[in-house]
Amino acid sequence: MKIAVCTKAVPDTETRIAIAADKKNIDFAGVRFVTSPFDEFAVEEALKLKEKHGGETVVFSLGGAECTAVLQDSLARGIDSAVHINDPDFANLDTLSTAKVLAAAIKDGGYDIVLLGQQGVGGDNSQVPSMLAELLDWPQTTMVVKLEVEGNQFKAEREIEGAHEVVTGSLPAVFSAQKGLNEPRYPGIKGVMAAKRKTIEVKSAESLGLKGKVSTELCKAKLKEVLMPPERPQGRKLEGDIDTQVKELVNLLRTESHVL
Amino acid sequence: MSKGFLVFVESRGGQLRKASLEALSEAKRLAQSADVHAIIVGKDIKGLAAELAKFGPTSILIADNDLFANYSSEAYAKAVTEAVNKLGARFVLAANTSMAKDFIPRAAAKMDAACVTDVMSIKGGGDNLEVTKPMYSGKCYGVYELNSDVSFITLRPNVFALAENGGEAKSEDLSVNVEKVRAQVSEVHASEGNKVELSEATVVVAGGRGIKGPENWPVLQNLCDTLGAALGASRAVVDAGWIDHQHQVGQTGKTVSPQLYIACGISGAIQHLAGMSSSKVIVAINKDPEAPIFKHATYGIVGDVLEIVPKLAAEVKKAQG
Repeated sequence: MKIAVCTKAVPDTETRIAIAADKKNIDFAGVRFVTSPFDEFAVEEALKLKEKHGGETVVFSLGGAECTAVLQDSLARGIDSAVHINDPDFANLDTLSTAKVLAAAIKDGGYDIVLLGQQGVGGDNSQVPSMLAELLDWPQTTMVVKLEVEGNQFKAEREIEGAHEVVTGSLPAVFSAQKGLNEPRYPGIKGVMAAKRKTIEVKSAESLGLKGKVSTELCKAKLKEVLMPPERPQGRKLEGDIDTQVKELVNLLRTESHVL
Repeated sequence: MSKGFLVFVESRGGQLRKASLEALSEAKRLAQSADVHAIIVGKDIKGLAAELAKFGPTSILIADNDLFANYSSEAYAKAVTEAVNKLGARFVLAANTSMAKDFIPRAAAKMDAACVTDVMSIKGGGDNLEVTKPMYSGKCYGVYELNSDVSFITLRPNVFALAENGGEAKSEDLSVNVEKVRAQVSEVHASEGNKVELSEATVVVAGGRGIKGPENWPVLQNLCDTLGAALGASRAVVDAGWIDHQHQVGQTGKTVSPQLYIACGISGAIQHLAGMSSSKVIVAINKDPEAPIFKHATYGIVGDVLEIVPKLAAEVKKAQG
């Protein structure tokens, strides 16, 4: 079984966001990059599938220098090899262009399964897995909390509003990982040492045959401006004994905020 | 002349989804003189057209077929793209539900189209829309322009107002040529937990470490029942195993925008604030007066959650009469 995992390098979730001077992105100065949290579940699932069924795992990441540490992190956890897709043409791509790049890198690799996090921190789009499945012409299951594979068949459980759906289908397929799918392992010292001997292959727009076909300029969803959220009006702490405060709260929710 | 809108209206268990009707209402507001068509997809769903017509679509396309009885990304994406091709729609709108999140990007890729999900505001009209969506779980917002012949937009539930516009929409059967379905829903299991879906609830009561232990969830659940609220939780208590992940609000959980969010014993880590700071009114109950949550709360009470919440439930009940 050959498994691809796609990971994104994102600012640590503790990061306080500031807007860049051109207002077209956030200010990345001093930001620590980590593997996007949902992608950790995808990496772990790839490792578990390999442990059970044998085969090969390859991690992909699209981006600049910030990807190196993220790819090394996946290698240290046990992924066999890594592909870094790095090209200035691919800076700040929209979801569809990102999916096109990943599809080009994955399509002829003989993969049975592609795993991604259900959403990447930052754009918060939840789009790339489904787009990638369409571009590869494979079936998909997103928001997966349980995955079983037998031969070329799969059974995946996904979280929906107030229920779990069981999806059955055939491989090859794309899956996006939701929290709850597994408990990601942490890389040990041995893993970190082993990762140093593993290769990170670098791909460009040219080598993927995408020169002039995918670029920042050609994106169809254009990020025009990044804004800070509207400031919340100053709130207040209520006063008096607990009974008085509770009465006052209910009164305010009814007569001032009109939400009760 | 604008090419108009197509709105995917989701139905489950013979009911139209409220969030989808919000999307339809917003399409009507944006369309100016252009057409707003609705599409419903499923099996034995023709009866839903009358209810749908109340929201004023120009026409209703019905893809009613055995193939759609059980959800499949491939078949639903095909139904929507065929409807777009038939109508020549400029914009496709849907509610940002787990179904639309799954297949709308697939449909967009099929049409080589722009797609923006979880949108919270839309400006413009006719052929040009500018959409704003939260990024970094709401720590900032991105404003997008859409540069393709057709663009797909999903709207966050609870954000856009419902409007019954009335009308006499005619229904039309849409026959869809689905060549292949290689993955399909085979079973659905209702999960224990919220009767009201967290991401669509108008009131959310959420608990954190301050509730002291999982044995105290009934205290919060009682307030939920009184308010018709959904129960949420902080990441700390989900990771501690006090409650299932489907209740988690924040950066690796759900993002919610209710009218009223009551944070009980939640200190307000940045990842949690990201998931709920677009709520209209925030109430914080916490014993630590320095907890960051108070900086974001409309109203705050300093004290023990387990003492205050039952009193609050009783007072709300009294007010309800």
